[in-house]
Amino acid sequence: MRVVLAEDLALLRDGLVRLLEAHDIEVVDAVDNAPMLLDALRRHRPDVAVVDVRLPPTQTDEGLRAALQARQADPALPVLILSQHVEQLYARELLSDRTGGIGYLLKDRIGDVRQFVDAVRRVAEGGTAMDPAVISQLLARPRADDPLTTLTPREQEVLALMAEGLSNRAISQRLAVSDKAVGKHTNNIFGKLGLPPTEDQNRRVLAVLAFLDGAC
Amino acid sequence: MMRVLRVLRGRVGAARVVINHALLGAALLLVLIPMAVMAIWTRLFGVGQYGRDGLHALLWHVAHGRHAWSARVLGRQAEQTRGVLPWVLAFGATTVLSLGTMAALLLGMFFFISVVTDVGDGLGITPLLFAVLLAVIAWLLLPWLVRLQAHLTDWLLSPSPLAKRVAELAETRAHTVDAQATELRRIERDLHDGAQARLVTLRMTLGMAQQCGDLATMRSLVGEAHECAGHALDELRDLVRGIHPPVLAERGLAGGIRAAALSCPVPVDVRIDLTTRPEPPIESAVYFALTEILTNIAKHSGARAATIHLTGQDGMIRLSVTDDGRGGATPVPGAGLHGIGRRLAAFDGSLAIDSPAGGPSEFTMEVPCALSSQKT
Repeated sequence: MRVVLAEDLALLRDGLVRLLEAHDIEVVDAVDNAPMLLDALRRHRPDVAVVDVRLPPTQTDEGLRAALQARQADPALPVLILSQHVEQLYARELLSDRTGGIGYLLKDRIGDVRQFVDAVRRVAEGGTAMDPAVISQLLARPRADDPLTTLTPREQEVLALMAEGLSNRAISQRLAVSDKAVGKHTNNIFGKLGLPPTEDQNRRVLAVLAFLDGAC
Repeated sequence: MMRVLRVLRGRVGAARVVINHALLGAALLLVLIPMAVMAIWTRLFGVGQYGRDGLHALLWHVAHGRHAWSARVLGRQAEQTRGVLPWVLAFGATTVLSLGTMAALLLGMFFFISVVTDVGDGLGITPLLFAVLLAVIAWLLLPWLVRLQAHLTDWLLSPSPLAKRVAELAETRAHTVDAQATELRRIERDLHDGAQARLVTLRMTLGMAQQCGDLATMRSLVGEAHECAGHALDELRDLVRGIHPPVLAERGLAGGIRAAALSCPVPVDVRIDLTTRPEPPIESAVYFALTEILTNIAKHSGARAATIHLTGQDGMIRLSVTDDGRGGATPVPGAGLHGIGRRLAAFDGSLAIDSPAGGPSEFTMEVPCALSSQKT
């Protein structure tokens, strides 16, 4: 797998390169500003771009905007956004085109190395990786006749992990239950929320996120 | 008939005021003499301050009373009283005018009556006319004299617009400095008790791991350290948010408002009609004011929905928040809403609250600013 990395903090950039390469992921280019990022994406056509929200020259949301711009030009380009903080606002923008291959994680999550690498791979394959912090914010939002209250606590846990982008297998591993149990929960959830059941992993996550996001 | 009586009564009242003021003015001028003596005495000999100050206090008291009177007459708000001595001189000077007017009136009336009753004695027509003219002029002049004295008093005793502005600025500056100091103390305390404490623990755990011979224990210690670092990051993140929300720095006030609306438990509809970015301190003040209001709405109003509208025109930024809750919001001193008003006042801004019991409520913040152009 080939990755382009955009991160302006040198220590973190080097650390990420080492981390990814230790897991057999090739970092074809590591840049530290937005214009160079767009250039690198054009030249290398990587499997996924890992991008910090805040980049020079303005140190505002250059990285996020460059990533969205690149996706407009090439909607199939998977992008994983890293940030020191998470905002529902940005999550919304990233999910707005309703195509997969999107990730939005706190930089902190890099510390959970295995999960981070899984997230990178998942996004590269067209899936999603939403930070649990964003998901909990989305879950906490008010909804008219909140159907979430009809879910059991276990089902809410499964829903949160689905929204993060985990597959059934990954969920069963995380919660230490069987695949079959997870499958039952997901069917119940889809039934209670009135979402069309679908086997397609990506479509499922996007449906859940759209449901959580579209409430306001 | 009634009108005539009323006019008569008015004139009599004016005459009374004029006479009172004439006597008062004369008395004040007389008091000035011993005051001047005491002032010189105190200067020369360093004693007798109490006497001088006592007389000054007396003069101030009288001036304050007349200031309140002038405010009543002119229909203005009573304000601080200052500049007593110039007023005393000016007021005393008008007593001459007052006395002259009264004298003219009395003289005129006397001549008129004497001529009328002694028609046969044959004073010429001209002195009679003169007397009548005098009396009439004095009669007409009376109310104007009163107004003149009121205006004079108000002008001399009220603080100038500049003095008022200076007092206002001094007050808001004191609040701002105070708030800043409190804020910095809070940050220092949060860092001390939070992140710093965690980092110390982290180092300690890693140090122990370093010395550990047994791999399993080392692994477990490193795991602890890992978790500790995670908590430290969480706390720092919250602290940063409380100082200056990152979304505000990245997206400006518009973005900050949208983000705040998303995290409000009550559904909020946001309309933004402002295209330029204000100065960062103003953005910050308005943003925190908004989050305070949204928190209030979420906690106390029982609202089902709220709206936010941001506009800017004529060099003013206007943010209005409405909710359909139960109303009754008041700025209690010490509570959040009051603090917002103070914080905005430091930028010459204001918070208007329209929250009748039973709702709905509307909160309007206005801040003047030089809008900087949008950074693209």
